Amino acid sequence: MAPLVPDFLSNELNVLSGLLVGIAFGYVLEQAGFSSSRRLAGLFYGYDFTVLRVFFTAAITALSGTLLLGWAGLLDLDAIYVNPLFLGPAVLGGVIMGLGFILGGYCPGTSVCAAAIGKKDAIVFVLGGFLGVFAYGEAYPAFAGFANGGALGPVKVYESLGVPRGAFVLFLIAAAVAAFAVTSWIEKRVCSLAPSWSFPVTAHRLAAAGLVALGVALVFLPDRKARLLAQVADPSYQREHPAESMTPDEFAFRLIDEDPRLVVLDVRAGDAQKRLAIPGAVALPLEGLLAKEWQPLLGRRHATRVFVDEDGSRSLLAALLAERLGYEDVRMLQGGVAELRRAILDYQPTGAPRNASESDRDRFRSEARVRLAERIAKAKAGSAAPRKAVKKIQGGCS
Amino acid sequence: MTKPYMNPYLAGLLLGLVLLGAIVISGRGLGASGAIKSAVIAGVETVAPAHAARAPFYSEYAEEHAGNPLKQWLVFEVIGVLIGGFLSGLVSGRLTWATEKGPRIGGGSRLAFALLGGALFGIGAQFARGCTSGAALSGMAVLATAGFVTMLAIFGTGYAAAFFFRRLWV
Repeated sequence: MAPLVPDFLSNELNVLSGLLVGIAFGYVLEQAGFSSSRRLAGLFYGYDFTVLRVFFTAAITALSGTLLLGWAGLLDLDAIYVNPLFLGPAVLGGVIMGLGFILGGYCPGTSVCAAAIGKKDAIVFVLGGFLGVFAYGEAYPAFAGFANGGALGPVKVYESLGVPRGAFVLFLIAAAVAAFAVTSWIEKRVCSLAPSWSFPVTAHRLAAAGLVALGVALVFLPDRKARLLAQVADPSYQREHPAESMTPDEFAFRLIDEDPRLVVLDVRAGDAQKRLAIPGAVALPLEGLLAKEWQPLLGRRHATRVFVDEDGSRSLLAALLAERLGYEDVRMLQGGVAELRRAILDYQPTGAPRNASESDRDRFRSEARVRLAERIAKAKAGSAAPRKAVKKIQGGCS
Repeated sequence: MTKPYMNPYLAGLLLGLVLLGAIVISGRGLGASGAIKSAVIAGVETVAPAHAARAPFYSEYAEEHAGNPLKQWLVFEVIGVLIGGFLSGLVSGRLTWATEKGPRIGGGSRLAFALLGGALFGIGAQFARGCTSGAALSGMAVLATAGFVTMLAIFGTGYAAAFFFRRLWV
């Protein structure tokens, strides 16, 4: 599951991927005409809307691709970098950059691209960029409070607006297509040599229709997480796909035995782990099964995965979800921690054993009761139910 | 012989795929201003290490980024932009050594305004945590509110100010 960093691709190699991505980025920018300041500035005077066309097509392509890959389970959308919002600084910074665009005719990326083909104004623009960052850095203590204010975290735009994600994406696509049509109309009126005169009209109309169709399809794109969680919670699905369970006796035996092939996954909500810490258990939320972060643990070979919760309801969902996702040898602790307590930890023999197997069980449970309690006490003394540290994905320009 | 530019929608599609590639490989978007920042920080750390250790702009960066500031993804990506831009200029016959300007402005003034514009972008990108690529485009692609806010502020200001600076371009 993507992103490939940091598990599949080390940070060292990732830096090299940056070089390759950059070469493609620079090549496309130059081919699009972004190495020309007059062409870029044309956006603001109506004689050339190339920037708008390239910019919005690129944003929609990347956005749609990201959503589709997330839906197909190939990309963990929660693991990719989302720019954090600092509201005041974002607005002020944008205003300053807008002025810089009109005065300088480039933005940083396009200036580097234009400098590469020998545009002297672009080289000077890049030098200006160094001076600007340096000036900001030297003056930073004077306005550090403002620059770090209005911190709202990595919020998503549809959350900020309070609309469903799909509806916003459709709106964005529709707005882009409308802007493409209107700006081509304006461009042809302003400039007799505008790029839009040379566009193949039929092909562009078909592409626009396809884009709107894509937008409509994205509205109905179900959220993978919600879809899978709803599926495993469905009683008829549960009847058709019974989850394999592990008896408290086997569970207790393997815990006491410190069986290295037992992976205990604690899906109890909140801080229930603190009340009874299961030795060696890893706590994860139900949704964690879909995150890239837990894949190595869930996919560990030659291991039995056993999901544990309070009463066996959440662990049933977790076990079904894990099987649905293709993980093998998945179990749930029968009856959850409540049953473990009843059968082992608080075990009281009820009358004399009637046969040999009952007598074996009584003997095992009486001994397991003590030894498991010891293991639990030991685990509690150490760091109980360790949470795996989340590896931070880097991004942004700061 | 100069070849015509690519159809902008096709270029946009390709640029979008490059951005998607960056997200799939590295879990992050494209950028540019961050590399300029890295270079400035590396420069100050080399020329005036005592100042870099004391001044919060540099020390905060060092806290957040381990290792050499030049060994960042963005720095390599921007070196790539230089190479890719040059290759494209080469195959399309657009390599040059000239100043591009509007018809009503002199070469010297154009360069002065380019310097000023670059400086403004350098400053603005620090406030906004990214420029047109890193904040606006990449932010929009992951539906970050920050990307949309920055995009609207950049282009809104561009349109609002265009009339007053029309002598530079038309």
